[in-house]
Amino acid sequence: MNKLIVSPSPHAHSSESVPKLMYGVIISMLPAFAASVYFFGISMVIITGVSILSCILFEYLIQKYLLKVKPTHLDGSALLTGMLLAFCLPANIPFWMVMIGALAAIGIGKMTFGGLGNNIFNPALVGRVFLFISFPVAMTSYPEPGQLMKYTDATTGATPLGVLAEGIGNSTAGEIMAEVPGYMDLFLGKMMGSAGEVAAFALLLGLIYMLVRKIITWHIPVSILGTVAVFTGILWLANPDSYADPLFHLLTGGLMLGAIYMATDYVTSPMTKKGMVIYGILIGVLTVLIRVFGAYPEGVQFAILIMNAFVPLLNKFIKPKRFGKEVQHG
Amino acid sequence: MGLLTFSRGGVHPPENKISAGKKIEFAGLPEQVIIPVTQHLGAPSKVLVDKGAEVKTGQLIAQAEGFVSANIHSSVTGKVLKVDSFPDTSGYRRTAIQIQVEEDQWAEGIDTGEELLETIEGTSEEIRNKILAAGIVGLGGATFPSHIKLMTPKGKKAEYLIINGVECEPYLTADHALMMEKSKELIVGIRVLMRGLGVEKAILGIENNKPDAIARMTEVSASDPAIRVQALKVKYPQGGEKQLVEAILKREVPSGGLPIDVGVVVFNVGTAYASYLAVQKNRPLIERVVTVTGKSVSNPSNFLTRIGTPASYLIEKAGGLPGDTAKVINGGPMMGKAVSNIDIPIVKGSSGILIIRDKEASRGEVQPCIRCTKCITVCPMGLEPYLLMTLAERAKHEMLESNKVMDCIECGSCSYTCPSSRPLLDYIRLGKAEVGKIIRTRKAV
Amino acid sequence: MSQIIIYTIVTLVAIGAVAAVILYFVAQRFKVYEDPRIDQVEEALPAANCGGCGFAGCRNFAEALVKAETFNDLFCPVGGNDVMGQVASILGREAVEQDPRVAVIRCNGQPEFRPRTNTYDGALSCAVAHSLYTGEGGCPHGCLGCGDCVAVCDFDAIHMNPLTGLPEVIDEKCTACGACVKACPRDIIELRKKNKKDRKIFVSCINEEKGGVARKNCSVACIGCSKCFKVCPYEAITMDNNLAYIDPVKCRLCRKCVPECPTDAILEINFPPPRVKEEALTTDDPAPGKTESSNENTQKD
Repeated sequence: MNKLIVSPSPHAHSSESVPKLMYGVIISMLPAFAASVYFFGISMVIITGVSILSCILFEYLIQKYLLKVKPTHLDGSALLTGMLLAFCLPANIPFWMVMIGALAAIGIGKMTFGGLGNNIFNPALVGRVFLFISFPVAMTSYPEPGQLMKYTDATTGATPLGVLAEGIGNSTAGEIMAEVPGYMDLFLGKMMGSAGEVAAFALLLGLIYMLVRKIITWHIPVSILGTVAVFTGILWLANPDSYADPLFHLLTGGLMLGAIYMATDYVTSPMTKKGMVIYGILIGVLTVLIRVFGAYPEGVQFAILIMNAFVPLLNKFIKPKRFGKEVQHG
Repeated sequence: MGLLTFSRGGVHPPENKISAGKKIEFAGLPEQVIIPVTQHLGAPSKVLVDKGAEVKTGQLIAQAEGFVSANIHSSVTGKVLKVDSFPDTSGYRRTAIQIQVEEDQWAEGIDTGEELLETIEGTSEEIRNKILAAGIVGLGGATFPSHIKLMTPKGKKAEYLIINGVECEPYLTADHALMMEKSKELIVGIRVLMRGLGVEKAILGIENNKPDAIARMTEVSASDPAIRVQALKVKYPQGGEKQLVEAILKREVPSGGLPIDVGVVVFNVGTAYASYLAVQKNRPLIERVVTVTGKSVSNPSNFLTRIGTPASYLIEKAGGLPGDTAKVINGGPMMGKAVSNIDIPIVKGSSGILIIRDKEASRGEVQPCIRCTKCITVCPMGLEPYLLMTLAERAKHEMLESNKVMDCIECGSCSYTCPSSRPLLDYIRLGKAEVGKIIRTRKAV
Repeated sequence: MSQIIIYTIVTLVAIGAVAAVILYFVAQRFKVYEDPRIDQVEEALPAANCGGCGFAGCRNFAEALVKAETFNDLFCPVGGNDVMGQVASILGREAVEQDPRVAVIRCNGQPEFRPRTNTYDGALSCAVAHSLYTGEGGCPHGCLGCGDCVAVCDFDAIHMNPLTGLPEVIDEKCTACGACVKACPRDIIELRKKNKKDRKIFVSCINEEKGGVARKNCSVACIGCSKCFKVCPYEAITMDNNLAYIDPVKCRLCRKCVPECPTDAILEINFPPPRVKEEALTTDDPAPGKTESSNENTQKD
């Protein structure tokens, strides 16, 4: 018989593991991936493939040759970042830009902070914002859905939010709504937008899967979507001509993708339930402020990154409810 | 009333109550016993016998030293071989009395009969003295001297006695067996403790995975309106006394306090049974039920074991050490101690010997914290294990104290759950030890 | 266009100038007088901020030095006598010399001598393992091999040998700052006087158990037999609690104790091999253990 093993207690472990969680998230993204391929065809497959492979490759190269530590590129986190990055890019973006985005995401967003578990900002969003600022034209021209065999040569147009932002000074919200796809189309994803953000229903299916598998809790997505609905609802009720209705805001842009996948990233979100709700509410507020009063038509990416910076503060001051009051020293 | 449970945290490890339903079996007398002088919280007892002395079963061989201490009695009849240092569960050597075993001859005044004695005589103080004399300590594992718990400190009032029949650790079934086979004696034991403590109400908490015990104890306590049985939802660590008090009475023991601060005293069913024997039969604490179990064990059992019996003796009785053994645990899988040597003696706090197979024994590879918050979700005390581990690694004692590391009950739910297999509890314990030292030095000043 | 540029430049320069003036007056108003010698002393110190002096960093030590009357209890182990001499001349005080010291690992429990009877699977920390149990080798005083000493060294002077499971000190890099001594939960590491050619003689064991008990776990344990104590001509060896201890200051490195030890617990490091006597060659068992181990030790550099 082999030697006895000695360790401190506990001597049992649940079935939880990091790969189980990572692959659980990846599986939940499959409906959205399928919807994207349905709308954007081969371009979606190309950018997703390039993004995933680049993220994994860059993580390996940086860890092995720059940091000289044991490479952990196959633990599932680089794969997940790659998928998320591809989801928030326009499907017609050239593959070399995707690679630059992957380098920014992994190199700047993750590795400079110390690798898995140590980053403050969501790496996929860091990559996206880096591309957004470096290549504004490429990042704001979205292909029309349905061009399954076209890639960088697809015909492009503006997103519903873009149309809203452009038109709001000259026409009423109601008139603009007539120009954009109807609610059912928005819900199903038949609109211009980033590859993975268009199909609201597919993203919601993913959310339900993650809630059932207990990968995430409801607090962050509900807080964000709820706040956006309430805030835009108040604005719309106050002045229906100047502001679009809440349903429109919920279904367009990167809000669904951001609320369900980006803001719920473990590493960059708060540790307590109360903290998560505050985080979600503030993201919602910032998103609406940027969308309605800010210079950009879409604000989710910036809202999430700004709130990421506040998470350490939220963690420091919001503690879970401790068991038992402090004993009064007589 | 429906099923109650505690409000925060908790996990659901597989129950594996393999030895449930096994009748309590007397393990027999080993060739030698080794009886340590520290089997309880508090000061080690003072040895009263020398090498060569003849001792009888139930004879006092070491005396309580100081206020927080307990008497120790010989669990066998025989000759003292030596009084020396012997390894305990941790391998470190502590003073113990080694006795060569002969046939049982009980010390004078002890009632060894099986008859149930229901009438309780004596005042609260007399009962407490009997319990002190008998060396009764908490048999749930904490081994706190019971006579002290029966004395309510000035300024506090005991309202309820809660009896812990939860046995939330997977695999262990000793308390279950006691409740099934010694139910009437247990009720008398509970009444003994009620009188010793001076309370009029007692509640026996039992987890819902023991429906037969709930039924039996409800039936046996039906005639006594002062004692009631409360069924509890199965969730670990329901047996932790703070969680038990909260589940049954909805009262939270304050941080740094004891259950008596909310008018409650908690005793394990084993302690209640031992109190019956001590007060009604004059029998000191010399034996206890120990579950020997494990997936590969051929004869998992609940053995009535004399204190000082080597664990290896019990393992042989249970069919021998299986070939695929990787870990031998003194206790349950969540809070038990892994031993490096299976000859260590069974002591008052040993509730079970668990043998874990190699395919289930290794911890996973440690990975960085991914901040999934699962450790916070499962912590029954509302702490943040991921943070406490980092603070303990970096010896940030002030921050450890302000983040309430001393509230940790070391249940292991955090390490059990962590997807990154981080050794959370290993470091938290280290942090607790260091902060504990600092607090004691501060109080002494 | 150029108007905007001019306005911008003028505004920024004005703000800069106003801020500079305000900052100057505020700095003067809230100036804290510091003895300028503190800066001078700090310059001379090695800036390792290792805490080996017992103070919180080199600046804190410099402040203490300037305030102190004598240097009796103040010493920088990293800088040594050179640096303390410089500091003494800056402050016009007498330098107090101390013998340079080096960290020594007083355990030789490699698997060959102290077999591993179980496998440790807990957190990789000596503090955790020590509070849990006696260790993989069973000796309650022996090295646990998890490397708390290695993790805490600022000078890259100590490393774990994966074959022996014991730490090894690189004498040239060791500054005797004491961090590893504090980190070891079993007090195995000791700072001992450095001798020329880095020679050392010490008892590589701190086990206080009775001889028979100690030997059960480790074949090179000190059994407290006192043979070394009896043979030392300089009274450098003391016996306490079944353990021999060689005083590093009294020891003259004569090596008389090394062959006396029946368990090879006394190690001699960096000595040439002893001359093998004629008689020894003719006996059956010419104490090969001793010469072999000292050979091994001399090869260690």
